[in-house]
Amino acid sequence: MSNNRTITNLATLLMVGALIACGGGDAGEAGGEAGATGGDEAASAPVANAGTIMGMVNFEGMKPANTPIDMAEEAECAAVHTSAPMTQRVVGDDGRLGNVFVRISGAVAGAAGAPSQPVVMDQIGCVYTPHVVGAVVGQGVAFKNSDPVAHNVQATPQLNRPFNISQPMTMTSAPQRFSTPEVIPVRCSIHGWMEGFIGVAEHPYFATSAADGSFTIANVPPGTYTLEAWHERYGVMTQEVTVEPNGTANVTFGYSEGMAANAVVPMGDPIDPHNHTAEEIAAHRAATSQSQQ
Amino acid sequence: MSTVATAHESGTHDAHGQHEELPFLRKYVFSTDHKVIGIQFLFMSLLFLLFGGLLAMAMRWQLAWPTDPTNAMPGGSLLPETMFTSGVMLPEFYNALVTMHGTIMVFFAIMPLLVGVWANYLIPLQIGAEDMAFPRLNMASFWMAVPAGLLMMASFAVVGGAANAGWTGYAPLSTSDVYSGVKLGQQLWTISLVILGFSSLIGAVNYITTVINMRAPGMTWFRLPLSTWALFITSILLLLAVPVLAGGLIMLFFDITFNTGFFNPVVGGQPLLWQHLFWFFGHPEVYILILPAMGFVSDIMANGARKPIFGYKAMVWAIIAIGFIGWIVWGHHMFMSGMNPLLGGFFMVTTMMIAVPSAIKTFNWLGTLWGGNIIFHTPNLHAIAFVALFVIGGLSGIFLAAAPVDIPLHDTYFVVAHIHYVLVGGSLFGIFGAIVFWFPKMFGRMMNEPIGKLHWLLTFVFFNLTFFPMHMLGSGGMMRRLYDPTVYPHIAQHQDTNVFITVCALLLFASQFLFMFNFFWSMFRGKKASANPWNANGLEWSAPSPPPHGNWGGRQPVVHRGPYEYSSPESDEDFLMQTAPPTGRPTPAHS
Amino acid sequence: MDRFWRLPQNISTYGGDIDSMFHIIAWITIVVFFAVELLLVWFLFRYRAREGRKATYTHGNNRMEVAWTAGTAVIVVILGVMSRGLWLDIKDPRRFPDAGLELIVTAKQFEWNVTYPGADGVLETDDDFTVRNQLRVPANTNVRMTLRSEDVIHSFYVPELRLKQDVVPGMSIPAWFEATVPGQYVIGCAELCGIGHYSMDASFYVHTAEEWTQWNAQQQTAAAGGATTNVASADATSAEPAGSPAAAAAGTSN
Repeated sequence: MSNNRTITNLATLLMVGALIACGGGDAGEAGGEAGATGGDEAASAPVANAGTIMGMVNFEGMKPANTPIDMAEEAECAAVHTSAPMTQRVVGDDGRLGNVFVRISGAVAGAAGAPSQPVVMDQIGCVYTPHVVGAVVGQGVAFKNSDPVAHNVQATPQLNRPFNISQPMTMTSAPQRFSTPEVIPVRCSIHGWMEGFIGVAEHPYFATSAADGSFTIANVPPGTYTLEAWHERYGVMTQEVTVEPNGTANVTFGYSEGMAANAVVPMGDPIDPHNHTAEEIAAHRAATSQSQQ
Repeated sequence: MSTVATAHESGTHDAHGQHEELPFLRKYVFSTDHKVIGIQFLFMSLLFLLFGGLLAMAMRWQLAWPTDPTNAMPGGSLLPETMFTSGVMLPEFYNALVTMHGTIMVFFAIMPLLVGVWANYLIPLQIGAEDMAFPRLNMASFWMAVPAGLLMMASFAVVGGAANAGWTGYAPLSTSDVYSGVKLGQQLWTISLVILGFSSLIGAVNYITTVINMRAPGMTWFRLPLSTWALFITSILLLLAVPVLAGGLIMLFFDITFNTGFFNPVVGGQPLLWQHLFWFFGHPEVYILILPAMGFVSDIMANGARKPIFGYKAMVWAIIAIGFIGWIVWGHHMFMSGMNPLLGGFFMVTTMMIAVPSAIKTFNWLGTLWGGNIIFHTPNLHAIAFVALFVIGGLSGIFLAAAPVDIPLHDTYFVVAHIHYVLVGGSLFGIFGAIVFWFPKMFGRMMNEPIGKLHWLLTFVFFNLTFFPMHMLGSGGMMRRLYDPTVYPHIAQHQDTNVFITVCALLLFASQFLFMFNFFWSMFRGKKASANPWNANGLEWSAPSPPPHGNWGGRQPVVHRGPYEYSSPESDEDFLMQTAPPTGRPTPAHS
Repeated sequence: MDRFWRLPQNISTYGGDIDSMFHIIAWITIVVFFAVELLLVWFLFRYRAREGRKATYTHGNNRMEVAWTAGTAVIVVILGVMSRGLWLDIKDPRRFPDAGLELIVTAKQFEWNVTYPGADGVLETDDDFTVRNQLRVPANTNVRMTLRSEDVIHSFYVPELRLKQDVVPGMSIPAWFEATVPGQYVIGCAELCGIGHYSMDASFYVHTAEEWTQWNAQQQTAAAGGATTNVASADATSAEPAGSPAAAAAGTSN
C-alpha cells in the first residue's frame, strides 16, 4: 500500500462495502451482496494486464427451508428485524446458491499483499453480517457489535489459533489476524443461533457468491489456477480456470442437494451444537483439540 | 520504653570479627543471610500486594459502573484494545483480573508475606540460631520465587492475555482455549505456580529442619514463641500440601499443552479430579494463610497487654489441631460440585469441628487481654483488629460450613466477604502488625506511630465498609466473578451497594499509601531503635537492631524461661527476657 | 432480619427449611459476635494501661479452656446434626420425592437448554422437545432435573428456589425442586464458565397447572409437526436433509 491513490480507492471501497453491509441488515440477503467486497478489494491492487474471473453458482434440487430464529429473549435484537429472522444455512434464488466462498487455491505469482484495513464482520440484530467474510492471511478481521447487547465471538479454526473474545456493548473489536488459509466458523455462545464464517485466503483473489449466485474476482494476474468453492452445507468443489491478460474468464459451479450427504466441509460439519450425539461431540472435540496443538 | 535494660545498643551495623565484609552482590542480592532473604521477600511481596490491590480496584470500578463509558475506569484507555475497548473493560480482561487478583494475592503476596518473610526472618532469631539450617537452599527459595513472579506478570502481555479461569483454575475451562480464549497465559500461570511451589517446598524443609535442630540451649518446644510454633506447623502443611498442588498443576499443564485429558471427560478424564487435588492442597493452604498471622498476633498481643499469653499450651495445641483437621475439610469447597452428597455430610461435620480450635484461640486472646495493662501501640492495634475481624470471618464460615445453608450462599459474595474477612481482616492485619512490630529489628529504626495509627484506623474502617456489605450482597444472591452484576434483576436492585463498596474500596486502597510512606520514610528517617524497643521477651530482642550476620556476634544466647513472662513477680520490670538469668525469686507454678 | 440479609423471596418447598437454618445460625453467630466483640471492647477499656499498675500474672485457666472448647464443640455438633438431614433431603437422590415432571437441563457456554419428555412423558424418546434458555414448570409439582454440560463446568442457580447445583461435563447430576409461587424468575450461572459467564441467564417460569398444560401441549404439537418455534430443535431439522426421519427426533439426541 505505497501510493496514495491506492489508499483512497481502498477507503472508498471500504465505505461502499460498509454501506452495503449495513443495508444488508435483512438477514436473508446479506451474505450475497457483501461478497462483492472481497473481489473489489483485489481490484485495488496494481497488477499488470490483470484479468477478471466472473462466475455463477448454480443449484439443483430442493433447498431445505431455513428456520425461523426465536429472538424473544433478546428484544433489542428482535426489534431490528422487520421480518421474522431466519437462519442462513442455505440462501439463494431459485436454481442459484449464495454464500459460497470462492478463492484461487494455492499461490498466485505477483499477487497483491494483504490490505492494511481490517475486514469488518458486523453483528446486527444478533446476526452476523455478512454471513461469510473473506480475508487475506495477515489481514485484520474486526468484529463490530452494533447491538446494545453482549456478544462473544468464538472462532474454532483447525489450522489457525483459536480465539474467544467478547463485546459487552456496542463496540468494535481489535482486529484478529490469521496465518493460514482455511474457512473458520465463528459463533456467539450467548446467542446460540449466531453463526458465521471467515474465509481466509493467501491472496486477495476471492469472492462470496451473491443471492443470485454470481461472483466476481477482479484484478487477477494472468495465469492458470485452480478455483475452489466452499459452502457450509454442500462442501468444496474445484475447477481449473485460465485468466488471459486483460481478459475475462467465465466459470460455473454446480451444487446439488444430494451433495449435502457426502460433503467434506473443511472445518467439519457446522452442526448445531445443541443437538448431536455423543459420538459427534467426541468427533467435534477431537477436531478442536487437534487444532490446539 | 526508653528505659530498656539490655547490653546491646542499636546501630551495630558493622559486623563482628568473624565474617569479612562481603561484596555488595553477595551481601544484598545473592545473600545467604536469613535476614536479608526475609527482607528481600518483604519487598517482593509488598510489591505484589500493591499490584494485586490495583487489580482489585479495577474490578471494583467495573462492578460499580459496568459497561458505562461515561464512567470509564481512569487509566483504562492506556490499556491495550484486547483489555479495554471504547471506554469499556472487556469481560475476558475482567475474568483475568479475577484470576490474577486471587492468584497474586494468595501465592505472591499473603503467602510470602507470612511465610517467606517471617519464617526466614524470625525463626533463627526467635530460637537463638545464627542462621538457617540450609542457607544456600534458603537463597534458592527466594530466587525461585522471583522468576515465578515475573512469569506470572508476563502472562498479561502474551497473546490471549493472562489466565482467566479463576484462581482455582477449574478444568476444563482452564485446559481449553476454545472455551476460555487463553492458552499461553494459562500455561504461564501453571508453570509459575509450579516454580513457586518448589520455592515453598525448599523453604519449608529449611524451616522445619531449623526449628528441630538449631534451637538455643534451654529453648524447649514449649518455650518457643507462638510465631515460631505457627510457622513450624505451617511449614509442615506446606511440605505436605504443595506437592499435591504441583502434581495437579503438572497434569493441568499436560492437559493444556498435550491434550492428555486428565480432567477432560470427553477422553475419559474427570473434572472433579482437579477440584479434589486443588482443594486437597487448597484447604490446608487456607490455614497456611492464617496460622502464622495467629502466631504474630499472639506475640504482639501478649506484649501489648503486658501479660503472659493466656493458655499457651492450649494455643499450641489449637495450632496443631487446626493444622491437622485442616486436611480433612477440603470437600466443603465442593458441596455444590456434584460429588456424593454423603461426602458432603462428612465434610460438613469436619468443617464444623475446625471451629473449635479457632474458638479456643479467640477466647485465649480475650483471656490475654483480660487483666492486662494494655498499651495501644500500632502493632497491638493491628493485633486487636485481627481478633475482632477474625471473629467475623470465623462466624461467617459457620454459615458456609452448614451444607444446606451453603446451597444458596455457595459461589456468592457471601464467600467473597468471608474469605476477605479471614485473609485481609485476619492475615493482612496480622502482617501489618508484624511489620510494624519487627520493623525496628529489621531496619534499626521505629516506624512512625501517629502515621501508623492513622493508617490502622483508616484501614480498619474502610475494610469493614468494603467487605461487610458483601455478606448481604451474597445472601441477596449476587454470584461471584460476575463481570456485570446488573444483568440480573435481583442483583441490579442492590447496585447502589456495589457503588458504595467500590468507593470504600478505593479509599481503603488509598489509605495504604500512608503505610507505604511510613515504611520508606521510617526506614531512613525513623527514630533509631534500641535492641528491645517494645520491652519484649523473645530472643530476637536480645540481638542488636538490626542484628549482624550471625545475629548475636558469635555469642550463644541461653534460654531460661518461656517467651511470655510479662509482669512476672520475678522481675521489677513488666517484662522478663528469655535470656535474662534467673533472679532466684520464687516463681508461681505455671498452670 | 430478612431486610438485613436481603434474602430473595422463597418459592420452593425446602427453601423455608434452608431459611430457618440460616436464621438459626444467624442468631447464634450474632449473639456470639456481640458477646465477643463487646467483651473485647470492654477489656480494652477496662484494662487499658495506667501508671503504676501491673498486669495480672497468669498463664491461663484449664477449666475455662475446657469450658469454651466443650461449649463450642456442642454448638457446632448440634448445627452439624441439624444440617445433615436437610442437606441429604435436598441433595441425596435416594431421598428425592417422586417426580411429577422429569427434565434434562443441558448447559453450554452460555445458555441453558431444557429438554421436556414430550407426549409420552418419558425422556430420551423421539418426541422429546428442547427449549432454549427457558425453564417452564407447573407450580406445586416435584420437578426432577438431570443436569448435564456440553463444555465446561456451570452452576444452576435460582436464588428464589434456594437451589444451586454445579453442572459438570461428563456427569449427569440429579436435582429436584418443587416451586410453589407462580411467576417469572431468573436462572443464573454461579460457576465461572468463560467470558459470557455474567450473561448466562435464562428465564424460569412457574406456571399454574392450566397454563403449563396449555404451553406443554402447544410445544408437543409443534415438536411433532417439525415446525417448532424454538430454535434449538429447529436448527437440528435444517441440518438434516429435508424429510429425514431424524427431523422428527430434533432435540432428542442427547
